Amino acid sequence: MAAFKPALAFLLLLPAAWAGYAVWMEVQAPGSLLGADPGEALVLHFGEWALRVVLLALAISSIQRRTGFKQIVRSRRMVGLFAFFYTSLHLFAYVGFLAAFSLAEVFADLTERTYITVGFAAWLILLALSATSTRGWQRRLRRGWKRLHQLVYVAVALALIHFWWLTKDGYAEVVLYTAVFALLMLERLSRQAGSAASALAASSSSRNAADSASAMRSTSGSNRVSLISPK
Amino acid sequence: MLIKKPEKIPSTEITSESAYLNRRSFGKLLAAGAAMAAFPARAAVPVDELTPEEIVTGYNNFYEFGMDKSDPAEYAHEMTTEPWKVRVTGEAAKTGEFDLEDILRGLEVEERVYRLRCVEAWSMVVPWMGVPLKKVLDQFQPNGNAKYVAFETLKRPSEMRGQRSFFSSIDWPYVEGLRMDEAYHPLTLMVTGVYGKPLPNQNGAPWRLMVPWKYGFKSGKSIVRIHFTRRQPKTTWNLLAPNEYGFYGNVNPNVDHPRWSQATERRLPSSLFNQNRRDTLMFNGYAEEVASLYSGMDLARYY
Ligand code: HEM
Repeated sequence: MAAFKPALAFLLLLPAAWAGYAVWMEVQAPGSLLGADPGEALVLHFGEWALRVVLLALAISSIQRRTGFKQIVRSRRMVGLFAFFYTSLHLFAYVGFLAAFSLAEVFADLTERTYITVGFAAWLILLALSATSTRGWQRRLRRGWKRLHQLVYVAVALALIHFWWLTKDGYAEVVLYTAVFALLMLERLSRQAGSAASALAASSSSRNAADSASAMRSTSGSNRVSLISPK
Repeated sequence: MLIKKPEKIPSTEITSESAYLNRRSFGKLLAAGAAMAAFPARAAVPVDELTPEEIVTGYNNFYEFGMDKSDPAEYAHEMTTEPWKVRVTGEAAKTGEFDLEDILRGLEVEERVYRLRCVEAWSMVVPWMGVPLKKVLDQFQPNGNAKYVAFETLKRPSEMRGQRSFFSSIDWPYVEGLRMDEAYHPLTLMVTGVYGKPLPNQNGAPWRLMVPWKYGFKSGKSIVRIHFTRRQPKTTWNLLAPNEYGFYGNVNPNVDHPRWSQATERRLPSSLFNQNRRDTLMFNGYAEEVASLYSGMDLARYY
C-alpha cells in the first residue's frame, strides 16, 4: 500500500491536468473544449472539484475509522492542500476570466454579492489552514492547532452555503454534496457519542481499578491520574 | 459589409457569418483598424457581429431539458413538435384550440437580427425569423379587458426530462407574460426559425417569443397557450425569486441583479484572454424604440 499516496496524488491532479489541456485547446481552437463561455466553464469546473476534494479531505478520518485502512490518514494533509489548490484555481479563474482582473469589480462582487463573500470567507479559512499545515506550525500552536483546524468544518459549511445561494434551480448537485457533508458530520457525532460513553465507562472502571489499587497498595494521587488520563 | 450604428437600426444590421468567423485573423484586425480610422465617430460603439450558428443552437437555457447549457441541444430532440396545438383563452373574442399552422397561415415571415441579452450577463446576436406578435394576437381579437397576455410553454414530462427532475423547484409549465402594449410593439416577434432554418427544438420549436429589449427569460419557448388577462400574470421566475426577477425584466445596466452586475456583458463567444466584454445598453440598445412604453415608471422598482 506504499503506492497509495502517490496514486491518490495522481488522481487528484487529473482535473487540473484536464483544465490545462482544455485551456491549451482553447488557445488553439477557441470553443473546442470549454464552449462558448470558457471563463464561466473554468470557474464551474474548479468550483466543483474544490468542493469534492475538500469533502474527500473530511471523509478520510471516517474512512479510516470505518474500514480500518490506517494508511489513508497519511494522505490527509495532501488532500487538504489539493482542496486549497482547487479553491485557489477557482478564485483565480473568477478573478482572471470572469472579472478580467478588474479589482474594482472583484471588490464590488465581494461586498454586494453575498454568495461571493461567503465563498471568499471559505477560501480565507482554507488559506490559513494550508499555511499552518506543517509539523512546525503544529508544534508551535500546540493545542490551538487542533482548534484552528476544526475551522475546516466552517469552511465547508460556508462553501455549501455559497453553492446553495448560487444555484438557481436544479438542486440535485448541491443536495448531494450537502448530504455527503451531513453524513460525515453524523459519523463524527455518533463516534463522539460512542466514545463519550466508552470514556465514561473507562473512567469509572479505571477509577474502580485505581480504588482497588490504592486499597491494595495505597497508591499516590499522581498514579491515579496516570491511570485515568491515557486516552 | 453593412455597418450601421446599432441603436439606430436594430433589426436590420447584419454581418455575414463568414465575416464573423474571420474576425480573429490578423488581416481582419487590420481591416477593422482601417474601418475604425475611417469612421472615428463610430469607434466607441462596438460592431454587433452574428453569433455563430453552432453557439446559438448549442448554448441554451431551456430548463425543461436540464440545467447545463448543453443539455437542450442534447435532449430537446425528445420533444415532438408536430402536430402543435395552441390554446387561446381569456379576454378575447376568439378563443379555443388552434393548429399552429392555421395561426401562421398567410403571415409573412421576416428576418430580424436582434441582440439577445441573458440575465446571466452574457449575450448573443441572432438572425431570427418570425412574425410580429401583433399579427398573431390580432387574429384572436382581444377585448378591452385584456391588459396582459401570458404565454405558457409546453409541459410534457414524458418528453422533457428537466420536468421529471425531482430536484427542480419550478412549478411547470413555464409561464411568461407581457403587458398588451409590449406585446403589440413592432419589435416583439413570434420566432419560427433561426439562421434561415426552422427553429431547432433547443431554441423553442416550433415557435417562441422574442422580446429583444428584455432579458432572455422573458421570451418563452415552445408556446402552447396564449392567455389574455386583466391582471398581471404570475410568471415563473418572478414566483421563484421575486427579489431577483421582476415581471418586466427589461435590460437595464443601472439596476443590478443580486447575482450579477448588469453593467456589462460577455458577448459570446467569449474567450479566456479577450472576454469580448461590452457595456450593456439601456433596453439592450432598443431604447429609442421602446423607452416610451415605460415613461414615468421607476425602473429600479419595476425591474
Ligand atoms: C474564493 C472565493 C470564491 C469566489 C470568488 C467564488 C466565486 C464563484 C462564482 C463566480 C461561481 C459561479 C457562479 C455562477 O456562475 O452562477 C462559483 C461557483 C461555484 N463555487 Fe465558488 N467561489 C469562491 C469560493 C468557493 C469555495 C471555497 C468553494 C468550495 C470549496 C466553491 C465552490 C463552488 C461551486 C461548487 C460552484 C458551482 C459549480 C457549478 O455550479 O457547477 N467556491 N463560485
